[in-house]
Amino acid sequence: MSSFEPVLMANMALPDSHTLRVYESTGGYQALRRAIKELTPVQVIDAVKASNLRGRGGAGFPTGLKWTFLPKDHPGPIYMCINADESEPGTFNNRYLMELDPHQVIEGIILSSYATRATTAYIYLRYEYPLSWKRLQAALDECYAAGLLGKNILGSEFSLDVYLHKGAAAYICGEETGLIESLEGKRAWPRIKPPFPAIEGLFRKPTVVNNIETVACVTQIMARGVEWFKSIGVPSDPNNPRDPGSYGPKLYCLSGHVNNPGCYEAPLGITCRQLIDEYGGGVWKGRKGKAAIPGGISMGLFTEPEFDTPLDFAGPGKVGCLGLGTAAVVVLDETVSMVDFLHNSCRFFQHESCGQCTPCREGTAWALAMLNRIRAGKGRLRDLDLLLEIGDTIGIIPGTTICGLADGAAWPIKNAIRKFRGEFEDYIKRTNPHGYAVTEPVLALPVLAGAH
Amino acid sequence: MGIVIVDGQEIEVGEHERLNGIQVARRIGVEIPHYCWHPGLSVVASCRMCLVETGTRAPDTGKITMLPKLVPACQTPAKDGTVFVTNSKLVQDQRARVEEDLLIDHPIDCPICDKAGECLLQDYHFEHGQSERRADLRPFTSRRREMGDTVTLFVDRCVMCTRCVRFTREVSQTSELLVIHRGSHEEIDVFPGYPLDNKLSGNVVDLCPVGALGDKDFLYKQRVWFMKQHDGVCAGCSTGCSISIEENQDAVYRLKPRENPFINKWWMCDDGRYGYKHIHSPDRQIEPRRRRAAAGATTTASVPTASANGGISVADYANIEWSEIPSALLASLRAAIGGQSGALAAVLSPHLTVEEAYLLAKLARTLDPQAYIALGPVPVIGQDESYPQAFTIHAEKCPNRMGVAAVVAHFAGGHHTWDDFLARMETGALKAAWVSGGYRTPWIDEPTAARFAGLQALVVQDLFDSPLWRRATFQLPGAGFAERSGSYVNFAHRLQSFGWAIRPPAGAQVEGRLFWQLLGRRGLYDPRAVLNEIAGEIPYFAVAMDPVPKVGVDLRINQLAGTTS
Repeated sequence: MSSFEPVLMANMALPDSHTLRVYESTGGYQALRRAIKELTPVQVIDAVKASNLRGRGGAGFPTGLKWTFLPKDHPGPIYMCINADESEPGTFNNRYLMELDPHQVIEGIILSSYATRATTAYIYLRYEYPLSWKRLQAALDECYAAGLLGKNILGSEFSLDVYLHKGAAAYICGEETGLIESLEGKRAWPRIKPPFPAIEGLFRKPTVVNNIETVACVTQIMARGVEWFKSIGVPSDPNNPRDPGSYGPKLYCLSGHVNNPGCYEAPLGITCRQLIDEYGGGVWKGRKGKAAIPGGISMGLFTEPEFDTPLDFAGPGKVGCLGLGTAAVVVLDETVSMVDFLHNSCRFFQHESCGQCTPCREGTAWALAMLNRIRAGKGRLRDLDLLLEIGDTIGIIPGTTICGLADGAAWPIKNAIRKFRGEFEDYIKRTNPHGYAVTEPVLALPVLAGAH
Repeated sequence: MGIVIVDGQEIEVGEHERLNGIQVARRIGVEIPHYCWHPGLSVVASCRMCLVETGTRAPDTGKITMLPKLVPACQTPAKDGTVFVTNSKLVQDQRARVEEDLLIDHPIDCPICDKAGECLLQDYHFEHGQSERRADLRPFTSRRREMGDTVTLFVDRCVMCTRCVRFTREVSQTSELLVIHRGSHEEIDVFPGYPLDNKLSGNVVDLCPVGALGDKDFLYKQRVWFMKQHDGVCAGCSTGCSISIEENQDAVYRLKPRENPFINKWWMCDDGRYGYKHIHSPDRQIEPRRRRAAAGATTTASVPTASANGGISVADYANIEWSEIPSALLASLRAAIGGQSGALAAVLSPHLTVEEAYLLAKLARTLDPQAYIALGPVPVIGQDESYPQAFTIHAEKCPNRMGVAAVVAHFAGGHHTWDDFLARMETGALKAAWVSGGYRTPWIDEPTAARFAGLQALVVQDLFDSPLWRRATFQLPGAGFAERSGSYVNFAHRLQSFGWAIRPPAGAQVEGRLFWQLLGRRGLYDPRAVLNEIAGEIPYFAVAMDPVPKVGVDLRINQLAGTTS
């Protein structure tokens, strides 16, 4: 194991780590006190910008840059939305933060709101996290009592209210505009952009949507400095001027077929194999790994040789995956059928597609129907090409949908079939020995009663 | 001023025009297929049928940079330098895929679907779809569910464009319709106990690009390809919505709104939409009759022979051929007037067209140069109902009060109302009257009709039996709104011209034609020629001298000019 000292998770082992007393005893809220006393909001934004902090929610958009999209001199209100609707399969790092160190998150929220001049913040919490709900609410109450929230925080001019909002368990509410719609009390159908939330978001006011882990990182950047943050991780690619690099610590979620699943903090850029072997104790039961999901199911698949890919924002893309996503690594051992994996993935996205855009609504359902048929022993080789066509043509990358859910649905299909095509073909030939090569549908003509 | 490029063709757009890709492409005749976009509703860009390639042309170098992905044309503003490519392989393939996607769950029951023939799913599939069905997966289902009294939903035909949902939220602002469930299980529905029940409900059927929402009034009545569309004007109230009258063999099957940005935008109300039935009512009068001269009676209208039920029996009347009417009618009126000046009155119904009202007034003045000209009763039912995003349904349930009142004012030199006319009759100065009706609801009661007792000749033109009808010397069955041609002036001084959509039932005669004939004019009744005459004679109508566009013309334009000169 490397010499890396956990930061985001540093307090989590302490007893009662979720209380204000423990958090303050380890230096908590000092960064906030200093920022409010000594720094202007613009200086906070500059610090976050200088740190090249990238959003931890999945897309990896630079946080400081996002904040600068807010209109200058807006009369307000400006809203801060904290995305805690952590529903990407395999992901649970926000839960660790909210349950075991909620004050680190809240300090980040206050700092981010201070920087963006937001006066109201909403935490959109996943429905399935009752303990997070309890701990966050208790922490908010403590903050109000201690003058860290409410009117004139710490005697300054700055006021902030934070509301905890529980979602109703829909994956699409994690999409930032879907979250905003849901928060407004509407059906969570992602909005068309432009206008982007920074211009017209919640209640048609400028809005910033940040992930829980992102704001926790803001706390650490303001506490430990930009230099510290940039000393961790992977610098930007000098050959790619648009690469902002992958700096800072990251909470990796490791699950699936490993000996020690869990949430681990590591510098951005460790390889998948390091994570599995050094943190997770290797693949379980002495088996070999077959594949791994690099960052939540929507990011696609690593094959075993691709385990050496660094898990930073640029790494997974180099081997055909969508990106780092939520850095939730799910390990599949050699016994797993890729057909079953893909079926499970398609079932999830068919169930969670919001149903707004035709290609995603119908494409995810069609893909699942084909997977169901393949598993029922009636698959045809042609189905694989159809699945690939669906995978290649849905999502915001080809431009056929409004939000990225469809890209997430497409990547497991594309990766699984392209990287494990032989297995799929064998499966279809084995289970449907007489019909696998049928290319045209043969429809039985119904006998029309009384036809003449 | 800006230049937008569509498929290599440059199009000029105005500085303040805010067009999207679909609208700008239409200017060069390129139709970008779309389901969810509608000019009267918010943009959701969710059907993904209108995906095109776009780019921008740099103003200085002229270099075109294309976006690497498809974008919805409905959501892309057409600004100076915007480039649209609507016919590339990428675009065409994606259209075919969307069509394929939409048909995965569709029952494809076109043979029994009312929408067949005017269905965008059919049209686009023919134009952009693929011949093979690759998604041979699910058994088709076909479920039907009631949305309200006027609209029914064929659940599985729906393509989830949400036009109807947006309509009830944004235009009628009643929000009855919603999307239930999620993803591919989505369906349109209403809340339990809150059916689709508003005065604009029928518009959701027009909005539906496929056969999902059906109009219960029209359901299974007629195949759309048998019907002919005629531009018309709704006669239900003084709003005067532009409509399309759809008929087959002289039977009207439905009315549809016709786009008119000045009046009804894209919509019409249910009162108007379903308010055409009276023209096919079995109670309509379809035989012209003349009262038999009662022996010894000096006044024809005074003493109707009472039958058992209080009315006069048909036996008091004899049918008369239309060919005999002109001479008999004129002779009867002349005899009643007896050369006395001011003894004839003509009551111009607000259901007449401007041309008909003018001709009737002319006719009356030909017979009696001092003839009294008055406006017929103006039916007012209930109160105005305002839909700020659409139009106001007026309580004044006639289409042409403004136009007829202007004609009356011209001839009479003042506003002679129905009450003025009744008062005039009380004085005994009148010997004969010509009353035009055309009302769809009972409009005159027995006591009022009894006040006509002093007349020697009474001509009544109407659609239905009434107390006055039973006192007439001549009963002349008139025309319904779809049978007339001419012009109406709506509440806001907008004059719209229209032609007839159906012929009146045998035995009824369109008022205008009769007046034309009685005035001894040659050839067929020509409302346009009459309108020219009116425009030259009555300053209020002067602007109608020019051809009247489909959306009508605002007569006040002329008035404003008149005040400044």
